[in-house]
Amino acid sequence: MDVIYHYDGSFDGFLSCIFDSYAHREIPAGFCSGEDGVFTLFDSRTVPQNPEHAARVLRKVAALSPEAAVLLRRGFLTCLPEKELRLFQVVAKLLREGPGFLRNRSDGTLYPVIRAVQHLNGEVHLLKGFVRFSDLGGVLGGEIEPKNRVLPVLGGHFTARFHNEPFFLYDRTHKEALFHVPGQSVIRPLASFQMAPPDEMEAHYRLLWKRFYDTIAIKERENPRLRMSNMPKRYWGTMTEFQGEAYFQPVSAAAGLSPPSIQPSLSPGTEPC
Amino acid sequence: MDVLEKLTVLTDAAKYDAACTSSGGTRTAKKGYIGNTSTALAGCCHTFSADGRCVTLLKVLLTNRCVYDCKYCVNRRSNDTKRAAFTPEELADLTIQFYRRNYIEGLFLSSGVFRSPDYTTELMIQALSLLREQYRFNGYIHAKAIPGAAPELVERLGFLADRLSVNIELPSEAGLKSLAPDKTKGAILAPMRQIQTRNQQSREELVKYRHAPRFAPAGQSTQLIVGATQDTDFHILRLTQGLYDRYSLKRVFYSAYVPVVEHALLPAKDVKPPLLREHRLYQADWLLRFYGFRAEELLDEGNQDFDTRVDPKCSWALAHLDFFPVEVNTAAYETLLRIPGVGVTSARRILSARRVGPLHIDNLKKLGVVMKRAQYFLTASGKMAEGLRFTPDSLLRGLIAAERPLLPQQEAVQLSLFDSAETA
Repeated sequence: MDVIYHYDGSFDGFLSCIFDSYAHREIPAGFCSGEDGVFTLFDSRTVPQNPEHAARVLRKVAALSPEAAVLLRRGFLTCLPEKELRLFQVVAKLLREGPGFLRNRSDGTLYPVIRAVQHLNGEVHLLKGFVRFSDLGGVLGGEIEPKNRVLPVLGGHFTARFHNEPFFLYDRTHKEALFHVPGQSVIRPLASFQMAPPDEMEAHYRLLWKRFYDTIAIKERENPRLRMSNMPKRYWGTMTEFQGEAYFQPVSAAAGLSPPSIQPSLSPGTEPC
Repeated sequence: MDVLEKLTVLTDAAKYDAACTSSGGTRTAKKGYIGNTSTALAGCCHTFSADGRCVTLLKVLLTNRCVYDCKYCVNRRSNDTKRAAFTPEELADLTIQFYRRNYIEGLFLSSGVFRSPDYTTELMIQALSLLREQYRFNGYIHAKAIPGAAPELVERLGFLADRLSVNIELPSEAGLKSLAPDKTKGAILAPMRQIQTRNQQSREELVKYRHAPRFAPAGQSTQLIVGATQDTDFHILRLTQGLYDRYSLKRVFYSAYVPVVEHALLPAKDVKPPLLREHRLYQADWLLRFYGFRAEELLDEGNQDFDTRVDPKCSWALAHLDFFPVEVNTAAYETLLRIPGVGVTSARRILSARRVGPLHIDNLKKLGVVMKRAQYFLTASGKMAEGLRFTPDSLLRGLIAAERPLLPQQEAVQLSLFDSAETA
């Protein structure tokens, strides 16, 4: 029978679904998380998160192929439509046939997942360079607007690089933020966030960077198409060098400079992309 | 002069240097220090300037005051231009503050020759020591070694920087004599040899002693100006090959000459920079480094310049049609790499996938093969792409058409590092 699985949207929740489908000997027709429930002709089953079941599934997958476990983790962070179903199919094929097909990228079940993970990895690679931080009274703060949930992957890069600085990075798309203080970092949902305006010092360095950026280009070689293909416009919104004049104006000290409120608020977990 | 104005002058003076990568070095995070370099394989671009070039490093001169009078250079002493110099503190502060905001991956420090090569190098050492020791900067540093500087000074510079480079600029001695009378071939090659030897030595010491200091761990690179002199592509490519073979260079950069001055020995000021030629040289450079080609296979005495219509690999394939078609299910890795449209990545994927089962034409696109080019040169399980018919003539036309969308304006084409690795 075709069944739709309802789960809490977490990775462990998804793994619990895989466990349940084997326990009930049924093949899910689709997955639903959060409020995006729709009326369908199918039966549905609500699967609660079960850490023990989740761990068993992941252990089994990793035992068959460590790469598949990485693919599963990363694949879950992508914005692939129906990612749960696609990932389920990869796991089912792995259990059925063994890990051989994972070597063949052009395999019909594997290909869409690999492509989606590649998209995620590509976004992470670009964002390692394109993220911009502002110094907000000693705390570094930045914002991104990615298509995939890059924070868990991207976070590792920045916590290694700025290991002795407190910083946070806000993901506008998925409404969550990475918070880091020396020795510790967490990702928490954050419903809304507004960056504080710059003080004298911050505005000064923003201006210096903008000037450097404008000066380094060679006029005789101007090539807007090449720039755009290397750095798609959707990234420009959060990059210092593409902001309007107001971005480089400091607020007077009298206006008061408080660090932004970075209180994690309670909001629903993952959102589909 | 305030820092903003200095930055403007000294960036403007440094922009013609093509090198801007942070690849090849690994520096793990250190307690009490700021930063790391973690991109061991591919570099990390922090932005792209309006000309489409990758910006990785804060690329500036320490000073643009120069006692030399190289004809092609904006900073030559006879040029009437605004001069400036950073203090070591200003430079260190800029680097650290840009780095913290993730604007840059590190610093690329070059300089005009102020007073003498030795004096300039000492200034650079002073600035970099301050940055490393007092400001505790652990990110990437690329420093220019000034030709003619004392070996002891180059040695000290190498322990502060991740990468060193000495720019050859003009690909022949005749060019140097007429356009850069203050430089000699010997003065350029001597530090290159020293850097190579010292780097090798430091690697050996590291095997024995874990904490041995590392000398320019990301190796060295150089730059050649293309189009300022009469040198042919063949000459430039053979020089490149010699540098990779004999001096173990990590990269050779090519810089299309942008006319900055009216001079009898140089192209006129209204001549456009030869960007397509630069692009072809980069493509050939990739073939030398990753595809097992030799310069003599790509060009020879009779063919001294690259065909502007098709890329060097297609050019080679067209001249060696008897080598094709290649059967992807049985061919060796080196043979796969010779197929236009198959790159390092897709060749590896083919090797991996064919262990599972035989490959067919419709698998190849998903493995990353660019079929627009590759279809003429390969078979899969004995078959070519369905309905494909061609003569040597239509083959050439097909290949030109396949590359055209990648070369939008014939003279405004420029290399994209990642694309060429994938599609060359």
